[in-house]
Amino acid sequence: MSSRPSAKPTAPAPSSKVKTLTIDDRLVSAREDESILDAARQNGIQIPTLCNLDGLTPVGACRLCMVEVKGSSKLFASCVTMVGEGMEVVTDSERLQNYRKTIVELLFSERNHICAVCVSNGHCELQNLAQLLGVTHLTVPYRNPKLPVDASHERFVNDHNRCVLCQRCVRVCGEVEGAHTWDLRGRGIDTRVITDLNQPWGSSETCTGCGKCVHVCPTGALTEKGKSIREMAKQSRFLPYLTMMREDRSE
Amino acid sequence: MSKVRLATVWLDGCSGCHMSFLDMDERILEIAARVEVVYSPLVDLKEFPADVDVTIVEGGVSSEEDLHKIRMVRSRTKLLIALGDCAVTSNVPGMRNTFKVDDVMKRAYFENADLNQQNPSDVIPKLLPRTRPVHEIVPVDVFLPGCPPPADVIFGALVSLLDGTTPDLSATRFGR
Repeated sequence: MSSRPSAKPTAPAPSSKVKTLTIDDRLVSAREDESILDAARQNGIQIPTLCNLDGLTPVGACRLCMVEVKGSSKLFASCVTMVGEGMEVVTDSERLQNYRKTIVELLFSERNHICAVCVSNGHCELQNLAQLLGVTHLTVPYRNPKLPVDASHERFVNDHNRCVLCQRCVRVCGEVEGAHTWDLRGRGIDTRVITDLNQPWGSSETCTGCGKCVHVCPTGALTEKGKSIREMAKQSRFLPYLTMMREDRSE
Repeated sequence: MSKVRLATVWLDGCSGCHMSFLDMDERILEIAARVEVVYSPLVDLKEFPADVDVTIVEGGVSSEEDLHKIRMVRSRTKLLIALGDCAVTSNVPGMRNTFKVDDVMKRAYFENADLNQQNPSDVIPKLLPRTRPVHEIVPVDVFLPGCPPPADVIFGALVSLLDGTTPDLSATRFGR
């Protein structure tokens, strides 16, 4: 929890070192414990993200924030790569755009995202990303997997058809609510989010029913019951506020 | 200058994209001045003509008839536009894709039928195993996602294509 640089609103501690680097040919400086993504955002350079959420530990799950760093042929997830002295970072090349589009296409093809009839239509971060990156159609075939919907909880629904495995629910439940109801099971394309020991959400003994997971979920995977098409607007802005207030109290 | 020969076809969709096309209101006269509509659900013609410049296709490819039609349309069309989410992603018609065709037919024609429970496969075109987006069957030149794509986007795209420029698709997206 203490190594969560993006959520700290306070001035840098005197001991932390400042690194100077260039991002898209702009000279910028950042604390050594800040990520490339933090440094970019502080300087108004936008890098597309999906799994990242201010207030949660970055995990580099979605790979959308990948950037090029001069001197290396491999790409780096900017949310989990710390800044370095003299680094030359490129955030928006044709190669990166192609990878990002492919990632979004793969996410759409992997499960059944039917935007037109989704409760989160119009409020969905995956839908926004497709528009932002110019994904007008998929160049990969749809898998159309048969996936369950868990509506056993009194107030919430978990629709695996819409899940992108960003793990925001897992992180907010473990790190902020402290319940750790959510986790992952399986590997690769068969990975799924689960509650407790892979049991129906409604039977979970650890779930407090706080709804944080629902409101940080970027898509229509976790939603409130009774919402119709387009009605599920998420309110994730509580999170940086909550984190800030908690840190203030501990200091 | 001879007019551009325009056709529209309707596969597995709800006709909402055709409605959105008509939603451009009086601007349709600007389009009409520059094109000749040679085939459409709105035109009483049985045969899809040859030498079509632009065909707008609504709907996914669901049945053997759709499959036959889209291949024939592609072979007679210079520029093919996939209009709307059903044509682009298979969308709602594709929601049956997680079930077997037999189960879908059983549900529709037996479990949910009160009278004359029977399989209609002799009368209506047979369903394909899955509803597919148009571009998984034949090459598509322009994609207009949206359910439906807004009339402004359809109008703008048609004008761009008639002018020979690249359409701006930033105002539409999957679902919308």
